[in-house]
Amino acid sequence: MDTGAILMLLYVFVLACFAGYQLISKVPPTLHTPLMSGANAISGITILGAMLAARIGPGAPFNASTILGMLAVALATINVVGGFMVTDRMMGMFKSKN
Amino acid sequence: MNFVASSSGPLEWNYIAANFGYLASVVMFMLAIMRMGRVKTARSGNFLAAAAMLLAVVSSFVEMGKINPAFIVAGLIIGGAVGAIMAKRVQMTQMPEMVALLNGFGGLASTLVGLATFYSLLGGGTLSMMMGREGGWFGAINLVLTLIVGSVTFTGSVIAFLKLSEKMSGRPILLPMRHVLNVLLLVIPLAMGVAAVWFVSNPILVGLILIGIVLITFILGVTIVIPIGGGDMPVVISLLNSYSGIAAALAGFTIGEAVLVVSGSLVGASGMILTQIMCKAMNRSLANVMFGGFGAEPAAGGGGGGEYVGVKAADAETAAMIMQDAQSIVIVPGYGMAVAQAQHAVREMAKILEDKGASIRYAVHPVAGRMPGHMNVLLAEANVPYEQLFEMDQINDDFRNVDVVLVIGANDTVNPSAKTDKTSPLFGMPVMNVEEAKTVFTMKRSLGGGFAQVKNTLFECPNNYMVYGDARKTLEEIIKALKEG
Repeated sequence: MDTGAILMLLYVFVLACFAGYQLISKVPPTLHTPLMSGANAISGITILGAMLAARIGPGAPFNASTILGMLAVALATINVVGGFMVTDRMMGMFKSKN
Repeated sequence: MNFVASSSGPLEWNYIAANFGYLASVVMFMLAIMRMGRVKTARSGNFLAAAAMLLAVVSSFVEMGKINPAFIVAGLIIGGAVGAIMAKRVQMTQMPEMVALLNGFGGLASTLVGLATFYSLLGGGTLSMMMGREGGWFGAINLVLTLIVGSVTFTGSVIAFLKLSEKMSGRPILLPMRHVLNVLLLVIPLAMGVAAVWFVSNPILVGLILIGIVLITFILGVTIVIPIGGGDMPVVISLLNSYSGIAAALAGFTIGEAVLVVSGSLVGASGMILTQIMCKAMNRSLANVMFGGFGAEPAAGGGGGGEYVGVKAADAETAAMIMQDAQSIVIVPGYGMAVAQAQHAVREMAKILEDKGASIRYAVHPVAGRMPGHMNVLLAEANVPYEQLFEMDQINDDFRNVDVVLVIGANDTVNPSAKTDKTSPLFGMPVMNVEEAKTVFTMKRSLGGGFAQVKNTLFECPNNYMVYGDARKTLEEIIKALKEG
């Protein structure tokens, strides 16, 4: 990876942190728990890196990386599926009087 | 945007299509997290985030083109099944440990991605490009940081899980020289990371060094979290939540993929915001929570210790009788309500009182329970409408107009000495002004100290009555008395 690409990602990182901070501040306490479990599911995005590692194809022979990748895919999927489902369960419980 | 692919080889249609997919999913994640911040749109926001994740995964398959996906599919099936079962089975009172465990899995996944990326580079001769001296320093630093943050998140979360599920004591465990130990456990892996770049021509050695880094930071995760007590878990969980996002963002740098960087940063930011809110609600700095060993031993001398004088007790029938005639009732729940699983009984009692004409409100302290929003989720499970839930700041000036306050398993968050006693460890922490109400009933198993191990002067107030016993049993007795009365 060349330095330019890395610097570009650094810009993306800083801007995204800033955007995230603006988007999420002032969340009501009622939503703190589901926000957390939902955010947790989103952090399962690391699954994309895991998939790259677990694939077998041109330039990616079967080796230790494949197995590590598969484990990472499984863990990240637990996060994604478990996180989104449990968040939905919680948010379904929040009811208004009406 | 995959910056690794863009810097090598011609642009293929699938690469371009995939990147439009990634771009769309980034926008969807942003919109989703915005919607998740408002009660009315929260559920649709969560659904949108799930859709964004699916789109990102599909885009990744498109980008990879013709591959053998057997191991990917295997991982997806195993993980999907485990995740679905966990989400279906978990009880609402177990949410804190569930979130802790998921944080840990996220961290471990990022660590494994870091290691796997390293091994996949071994064969292709690109290792020296990534870790070598031609501008690869950043790649090396980043890989090492991914391993460190991911590993600390993993073992730290496992310890938090064990403490929250009471498979391990919730009390702080203070190791001798723990600050020195923690610094060493952080500095050594960093130094090893530098050494890894130095030995880049010897990939086996580098691999061993990286594994060593992971193992040492596994220990660091443990030593960071064991000195933190159960009552401070809201801060710890928020922080680990943030770390799991940062680990994902770092993994994004490692594989050169912007979607990971953006989504990871969003999670990192949301975890940091919650961490700040929790610290502020306790009037303590993050450093004090993390390294202070708070609650390890009973506060000696000062306003902390001392025997209780003039504490009055009441039985369930008396409490029922007084509440029956009350116009305005406020219920203040705490961790004890979660332990006793009393939320449904609370709701049943509140319903009877409402039918008798009383106004019912719930006052929730930001750090009540073991994670941010813990009480709100439990009360929602028991069908309490969210309009009846009030934040401390909204209701604190109104306690003086309240007829009856019912404290259920809360302690430190209703201790008036936090406002008056400068020698108390709680001094300065914002607390609920429950003692200003006409009558207070405090449901508690005994006069034992709360998490902070501080004497609670509320119990000595002339208008406070202790109702001893298990919160759920007491509530059931009150319900029975109300129905008969």
